[in-house]
Amino acid sequence: MKFKPIMTAALVAGTALSALPAAAGPDAIKVGLLMDMTGNYSDVAGRGSVTAAEMAVEDFGGTVLGKPIEVVHADMQNKVDIATSIAREWFDVDAVDAIVDSNMSSAGLAVSEIAVEKDRLMIMNISGSPRFTNESCNPNTIHYVYDTYALATSTGKAVVRGGGDKWFFVTVDYTFGHDFQAQAEDAVASEGGETVGSVLVPLNASDYSSALIQAQSSDANVIAFATAGADTSNAIKQAAEFGIGQGDDRQLAGLLVYINEVDALGLETAQGMLLTSAFYWDLDEETRAFSERYMEKMGKMPNMSQAGVYSSTMHYLKAVEAAGTENYAEVMAKMKEMPINDFFVKDGYIREDGRMMRDMYLFRVKSPEESTGAWDYYEKVATIEAEDAFTPVSESRCYLLKEES
Amino acid sequence: MLRSHVLPVLALLVLLCIAPLVFYPIFLIKLLCFALFAAAFHLLLGYVGLLSFGHAAFFGTGAYMCAQALARWNLAPELALLFAVAVSAALGAVIGFLAVRRQGIYFAMITLALGQMVYFIYLQAPFTGGEDGIRGITPGHFLGVVDLSNPLALYFTVLAVTTLAFALVWRIVQSPFGMILEAIRENEPRAISLGYNPTLYKLAAFTFSAALAGLAGGLKAMSFQIATLVDVTWQMSGEVVLMTLVGGIGTFLGPVVGAFIIGGLEQYLAQSALPAPVILGAAFILCVMLFRKGVAGTAKSLLQNRAPKRSTPDNPETQATNRIVK
Repeated sequence: MKFKPIMTAALVAGTALSALPAAAGPDAIKVGLLMDMTGNYSDVAGRGSVTAAEMAVEDFGGTVLGKPIEVVHADMQNKVDIATSIAREWFDVDAVDAIVDSNMSSAGLAVSEIAVEKDRLMIMNISGSPRFTNESCNPNTIHYVYDTYALATSTGKAVVRGGGDKWFFVTVDYTFGHDFQAQAEDAVASEGGETVGSVLVPLNASDYSSALIQAQSSDANVIAFATAGADTSNAIKQAAEFGIGQGDDRQLAGLLVYINEVDALGLETAQGMLLTSAFYWDLDEETRAFSERYMEKMGKMPNMSQAGVYSSTMHYLKAVEAAGTENYAEVMAKMKEMPINDFFVKDGYIREDGRMMRDMYLFRVKSPEESTGAWDYYEKVATIEAEDAFTPVSESRCYLLKEES
Repeated sequence: MLRSHVLPVLALLVLLCIAPLVFYPIFLIKLLCFALFAAAFHLLLGYVGLLSFGHAAFFGTGAYMCAQALARWNLAPELALLFAVAVSAALGAVIGFLAVRRQGIYFAMITLALGQMVYFIYLQAPFTGGEDGIRGITPGHFLGVVDLSNPLALYFTVLAVTTLAFALVWRIVQSPFGMILEAIRENEPRAISLGYNPTLYKLAAFTFSAALAGLAGGLKAMSFQIATLVDVTWQMSGEVVLMTLVGGIGTFLGPVVGAFIIGGLEQYLAQSALPAPVILGAAFILCVMLFRKGVAGTAKSLLQNRAPKRSTPDNPETQATNRIVK
């Protein structure tokens, strides 16, 4: 009997917690972010992305068309059903106007379809699936920062131009890895390089030694990792233990590497690696100015997706102002019409398929001796023009581009 | 037994019918799907005493099969669900065949291993679309009349299907078959000595549980219009264990209560400043430390304590086998 009060409290709390209705505020322009706030991706997205969106709203002045701008966010816990049910609730009940980022490509693609159904807008910053602007493209969605096609193509082309013409791939064994490798192989071949070998590794493998020994015994001068996240980190750590890419004549290339991963690995381990990114905090005065403000709030430098959230949110708000309405179609028309010029991108524009076209950069990770301080990690090696990096219109599988031609 | 459940079940049904007035229907649908999934899992754990750590394999199979049937073959929703149930049941029969010969930790490990195998098959199979999942599902019309694109219609369809499934579980648990399952749980050698083949009964229960988990997965894919790898991960297998333990093992409504609590917390915490995994973990520890019988089990024993004491029942250890002997 003594548990009765606790029991009652627990039951009431359980039902009440799920019952709290969302506060129905006055008419406001709302942007939402569905982020992994606590899990594997909370470092590359999470609180940092929300902070970037809040900074954009603050810098814009906090109001547009005489209405206050609100940023809402939810921890989607890497579960697609949580992301989609919250997205539906945001659109239906809370009158959210645009979702400006979502973790996980599966959740993002589903949210993008919900945006179509509900006549709202969706901007993808963190995920790199090329589907957003190909098979699954739609007039409501913008893919802002990068996609795996651009990363593979940029790295492939720029590295071959720099002399790395014999490639060996360490590829994670499922669709993502297979596509990633195929795109990079095409880019390498288009510049006259060749693929001398490849090895498949299972997802979430912990031992890369046999794959790395195979790579070492080939006559490749570039060893590329068509992997993501923890797989890439593990592979790079073990490659450093084998001494690959450090002191010998081979170079490591990470096809998808965030600066947070380099930070976690440390320069001792990651030095010399080549990687492509859309953004680095230390490129020029403007990127430094933004990044240092972000650093003050977050205690770390922004990565390309977090900077992208700021830039895309700002561009969205400017488009709302220019269109004079929050109606998605008119705002989208303005977003596609207006060029984007800020610290994040110069002369960027949004193509009809929703792809934001921008230059990509090839970076080399500095050695500990070259680095002058915290977060001084990258040295820019090459710039890849937008048209060279992203899927050309002729190869697009998006119906929006087909109608035009 | 029956009488003590009529009132709570009716109350719950009435609550579920008026719930869409307060809650967002899509959220309620999710709770129903998880409740059914937990009930399927509980059928094994609660009535046969087998802790499966690979039930996401069946949930995910149901989701993928339903999605495949709806998105690519354009089957009617009821046929897609039946297809999902059939494939999950077949998979359940195969995995069950390999697993039910062992008990305890060995059974859990075998189901975990086979569940992971199923996960990697879906990861690599081209039709699942890797981490992008199967999308583009148009739910269509249930039985040709109910338009599932309306969230309320969808909710009541899912409610009807889950209620039917729960009725079926109830029927099975109360049937002689269910009695034998309980007898095997309590004292397997005694059941053998009475002439029953425990392996066959366990396999049948496992297959049935897999079929129900597949139905839950299929309903979820149909409602959320997407099937993804998340549904097949071992974390999903873990979550259903969590739901059942929080709700209470050995009570018919325990899994439902557990699924509602965990699902509700996940959804609510997502939009709060609190870290969801930490709170869920704390809730689990609290349950294990304070309410060993789970929320529903504790509530039930509190109610029974309050009611005037009837004649003391037989020793529960031998109750089930005694009933069969009689």
